[in-house]
Amino acid sequence: MVRLITHNLLACHAKGCTTNNFPLQLKDVTIELREAEFNPDFVSGFLSRLEWTALVNAAKELGDTSLPPELPDMVDDDLLKNLHHVLLEIHIDEGSMICPNCGHSYPISNGIPNMLLAEHEIG
Amino acid sequence: MTYRALELLNLPPDEPAFLLDIGCGSGLSGEILDEEGYNWIGVDVAPSMLEVALEREVEGDLFLQDIGQGFGFRPGSFDGAISISVIQWLLNAETSHPTSSPPHRLTRFFTTLHSALRNPSRAILQFYPTSDDQIQLITSIAQKAGFGGGVVVDYPNSKKAKKVFLCLFVGSGGQQIPKGLDGEDTEVQEGRAAFEKRREKSGKKDKNGKRRGIKDKDWILKKKELYRQRGKESVPRDSKYTARKRKPVF
Ligand SMILES: C[S@@+](CC[C@H](N)C(=O)[O-])C[C@H]1O[C@@H](n2cnc3c(N)ncnc32)[C@H](O)[C@@H]1O
Ligand SMILES: [Zn+2]
Repeated sequence: MVRLITHNLLACHAKGCTTNNFPLQLKDVTIELREAEFNPDFVSGFLSRLEWTALVNAAKELGDTSLPPELPDMVDDDLLKNLHHVLLEIHIDEGSMICPNCGHSYPISNGIPNMLLAEHEIG
Repeated sequence: MTYRALELLNLPPDEPAFLLDIGCGSGLSGEILDEEGYNWIGVDVAPSMLEVALEREVEGDLFLQDIGQGFGFRPGSFDGAISISVIQWLLNAETSHPTSSPPHRLTRFFTTLHSALRNPSRAILQFYPTSDDQIQLITSIAQKAGFGGGVVVDYPNSKKAKKVFLCLFVGSGGQQIPKGLDGEDTEVQEGRAAFEKRREKSGKKDKNGKRRGIKDKDWILKKKELYRQRGKESVPRDSKYTARKRKPVF
């Protein structure tokens, strides 16, 4: 399954694709919600690693509008819970992720993204 | 071996962590990462292995990926990485294409892994080298990619129990290469052997394809207790989630 925490860490790794290669665009995706244990320390510890705007937009595309457009200075419990849900409980099952720069499409099938590159795409 | 890798990873106790399992296979290590309360991503090049991991209902995200092609994770994504019995596969050339040469693949692997890890952090890669030259090749490319660290050998004098761990440091300031287990402490050795046996058992399935009650609550609680007795820190607290059935919400 591709959770949004994972999507938020993932850039295109095709040969020569080093700028404008994040975030991968979601296309024709289907999702599944799965409960996960809430760990506030994990979520708050992860904030500094997130690309906030990319996360907000990806969540919106998947129908979740619970995140504010900008990360507030004070992160309260409600926001942590919303973040927990967005990062860890929304799973992408099917669809594809497309590089905004080179157009490479990483298909997701049965929850598993295929990150394999063709020989000419290997860096 | 996963437990030993986690021990060598030396994560700060009581802090949650996001880990990468390189060559996760059928999710055996992943189950342990779940039980220990870590969030993780696993990558493997074999779809059939990933299918089995899916059936196991591990919590981590699974990627179909050839590690010799490198990773696309943003800088500083992971608090650590483990790999059990995988990277020796990078030593074989599959085709004659230049990107298939072992040095090229090892370089892609180590440089992109290095950047995907936080500073400071570690990667612990257990593998089966067939010669000292192989160890030399792997460590020199890892070094060029920016890693510090070295090789730890557990039970070097035992043919069966000998295990080679590549312990790589990002931002090596102050990090010391851990000591290998020498096998003279029989108690430790027996404990290890027991883990390995248990691990094998956990892979066995009954005829319905279900694992036999290996993850039931009693078993996990017993194991956690054992760990606490051995003075291992960061054993997750028992919670209502311990050994709960994992189901989709709908
Ligand atoms: C001996 S199994 C170990 C699996 C798992 N780590 C465990 O301990 O159960 C080796 C695994 O490495 C994977 N592997 C081999 N070459 C790989 C590559 N280039 N990229 C990703 N995975 C690879 C294989 O598909 C296999 O699942
Ligand atoms: Zn690209």
